[in-house]
Amino acid sequence: MQERVKKPQFDVVGTRPVRPDGVDKVTGRAKYGADLKMAGQLVGKVLRSPHAHARIKSIDVSKALALPGVKAVVTAEDFPGQPSEFIPAGEGVVNYRDMTSNVMARAKVLYEGHAVAAVAALNEKTALAALDAIKVEYEVLPHVIDEMEAIKPGAPILHEDMITTGVTPAPTKASNIAKRVEFVLGDAAKGFGEADLIVEREFKTKAVHQGYIEPHACLASASEDGSAELWVTTQGHWVVRAYCAKLLGWEIGKIRVTSSEIGGGFGGKTVVYLEPLALALSKKTRRPVKMVMSREEVFKASGPTSGGTVKVKMGVKKDGRITAAEAEITLQAGAFQGSPVQPACMCAFANYDLENVKVVGYDVVSNRPKVAAYRAPGGPISTYGVESVVDEIAEKLGMCPIELRLKNAAKEGTRAAYGPKFGPVGLIECLEAAKESDHWKAPLGPNQGRGLAAGFWFNIGGETTVSLQLNEDGTLTLMAGTPDIGGLRASLCMMAAEELKMDVSKIRPIIADTSSLGYNFLTGGSRSTFSSGMATVEAARSIVKQACGRAAKLWDIPEEAVTFEDGMIRPAGENAGKHKPMSLSDIAKVAGKTGGAIVGYAAISAQGAAPSFGVHIADTEVDPGTGKVTVTRYTAIQDAGKAIHPSYVEGQYQGGAVQGIGWALNEEYIYGADGKLQNAGFLDYRVPVASDLPMIDTIIIEVPNPRHPYGVRGIGETPIVPPMAAIGASVRRASGVRFFELPMSPPKVLKAMKAAGKA
Amino acid sequence: MAKHHVTTTVNGDPVEYLCESEQTLLDCLRDELDLIGAKEGCSSGDCGACSVLIDGRLVCSCLVLGVEAEGKEVETIEGMAQGDELHPLQRKFLEHAALQCGICTPGVLIAAKALLAKNPDPTETQVRYWLAGNLCRCTGYDKIVRAVMDAAAEMRGA
Repeated sequence: MQERVKKPQFDVVGTRPVRPDGVDKVTGRAKYGADLKMAGQLVGKVLRSPHAHARIKSIDVSKALALPGVKAVVTAEDFPGQPSEFIPAGEGVVNYRDMTSNVMARAKVLYEGHAVAAVAALNEKTALAALDAIKVEYEVLPHVIDEMEAIKPGAPILHEDMITTGVTPAPTKASNIAKRVEFVLGDAAKGFGEADLIVEREFKTKAVHQGYIEPHACLASASEDGSAELWVTTQGHWVVRAYCAKLLGWEIGKIRVTSSEIGGGFGGKTVVYLEPLALALSKKTRRPVKMVMSREEVFKASGPTSGGTVKVKMGVKKDGRITAAEAEITLQAGAFQGSPVQPACMCAFANYDLENVKVVGYDVVSNRPKVAAYRAPGGPISTYGVESVVDEIAEKLGMCPIELRLKNAAKEGTRAAYGPKFGPVGLIECLEAAKESDHWKAPLGPNQGRGLAAGFWFNIGGETTVSLQLNEDGTLTLMAGTPDIGGLRASLCMMAAEELKMDVSKIRPIIADTSSLGYNFLTGGSRSTFSSGMATVEAARSIVKQACGRAAKLWDIPEEAVTFEDGMIRPAGENAGKHKPMSLSDIAKVAGKTGGAIVGYAAISAQGAAPSFGVHIADTEVDPGTGKVTVTRYTAIQDAGKAIHPSYVEGQYQGGAVQGIGWALNEEYIYGADGKLQNAGFLDYRVPVASDLPMIDTIIIEVPNPRHPYGVRGIGETPIVPPMAAIGASVRRASGVRFFELPMSPPKVLKAMKAAGKA
Repeated sequence: MAKHHVTTTVNGDPVEYLCESEQTLLDCLRDELDLIGAKEGCSSGDCGACSVLIDGRLVCSCLVLGVEAEGKEVETIEGMAQGDELHPLQRKFLEHAALQCGICTPGVLIAAKALLAKNPDPTETQVRYWLAGNLCRCTGYDKIVRAVMDAAAEMRGA
């Protein structure tokens, strides 16, 4: 692995200690969503729609309730109706009317797998028998799956009151287009007029699932006094608490949510499915209710990300300067509005410093499960189209794809088409590193090709609370509230250890529950190391300040005369008097006598999140006999700002790249003419396995984010943005054919190669 | 319907449990014996998160019935460390940061242990094909493969 990480100027930050939650995870001790048991717990199961689109004429639960061992049934009647209003939620918005209709169908089922009722019973067998005993009378309606079919006149309408927003004048008739968005910079028509070469292409991508290995799971226990506890695998337990309180009409303060260890999320565990049902069932039965989705339910009823259609047009001068760029992006929202079309549009041309840009996007509903966030939601879809066109321009101009990008790359001061001016960003550094890499210079074998693409993600900050307790023996307990999916606790302890100049193993972290810590927005938007890191640093500095205050008291000198240096609390200078320096441990031992416990607490809304750019290089080999594409070498290069724990930064680059490889080559939701998902399992929905892949090389670039105490940028999402275009460019050179549709699975590749006379 | 009485050995301990005919070994381990280290990711034998060894043979415990464990020796992730001493695979997984969320880790470790018992000196390709039945969605497998190779080298005394 090539190491570009600079020699650490810190003692702890930039090193690679073993993560504090590691031993529990290699010994099987760590408790995930399905791993908790409570005395007297019931099993909850969901009855799901067998139809893609149908009106619910009646639901008869009497036979189910009459079965011995069945304790309760809930349907939409158990959840109050919600008004339609859009509430900002991190990288997207939520609408409680849609949310409550998604967790339990009201009046209509809108996709196969849509929840219709839920039961609680003594055991799984009885619960499943109860589902069979529920009689639902449906009036089956015509359905529509593809987003381009859904926008045609005469397509079946999902929501009779959906009037497209963002269009003037407002349409008078309902359609499946929820909204139109537009971003304009300069004058695209003028820019195309100046171009020597214009390339215009249309791309199709399929819906893909986040594919976390741990299915959704929770355990709810509602007491007679109106309080409730919920154990759940989630990316954000404060968010789950808020959603459940709203959907059930309960008080927020009475619900205590504990996040279990989380077995992967990638954006998919930012919403609720089972949680409000389990709480409602527990309230009805006054017993704990455990609910776990099957893998089939995960595929059919939890959010994939959008498939979509992306039209890209770019104009360029002979010297490679891009004069104009246009895109039209149509994304599937699933059954309820809220596709990531807005970030897809904003990301589309973010890699470039352009004068004339126009991007239009459409959010389209169809009879599919409602999409959920998936790692850089929307970014990979639009970037696939744009970066593929950039590659084609490089080919047509006979230019190196890196030189073409360097000529147009976004840099500090670039005004992005979606509005802001970039601060210091690392795209040029990533491109230069690509050019200098061993990989870029390595020879290729027969039937092999090399492709490259760039990617961008915004990253966010937001509400974050951390508590750091100095224990009596000088050890520390760190409480954070952003669920740790891939090494967060390690990074937070490292930042605290760096601040306090202490051994990182002396700090024990936990992810606190919602009743133990102030509000935390969820782990998403690549914000957890950035935001909880910022709060940790503030909390650690507060500990230092308090410790200095205690020493001042002991030494009877003013607080300003005490300083913290090299891990010791010392008199600031000769005038402060001669006092023996004290360690934090020394102060901790006398904390009780000098004012009580020392606790650093930071409740912030983290500002100053900075984008992260990345560049990926992919080598593929295409088998002209079968059309199978094999990735033979791969390098992910990305700006981390500062890598707190480089191993986990590399891990994000590698994992994101491989999810992108799956998206490019194999993964897709396949629907039958009946509107039913045909591949709701890991055998037929093919995520990459170890034998599909080479090692994934990484190069960490560090252009510090000036707004973070250690220079951190969010890094989790960017790695999934470049792979599809990088692989597409690579397959183009390996096979001689340029593809405009994902996945580039063997039958499609073989067919295209045959048509082009290349196979 | 009467439950079946199963007598078996799990991680060297003699154990007994009662189970239904259709109950999987995975459910018996998790629900009857409270051994929650093996995870259910798919219940169809596609993800490998429930991997355990039966008489030394690597299986998906979601595809084995609880009654089939009768008289067998079952080994789960809970039996991998010896007292305070982590197995070299467990240690190398930590050193190489070969896990992110960790849900696949118990299954991967059990599968890797079975590989090294058969082949103490596997090539990268052999490791990749052996672990092809264990899905990991976080790591892209790079650090997993490195950790297994490194543990193998250490166990060989190389």
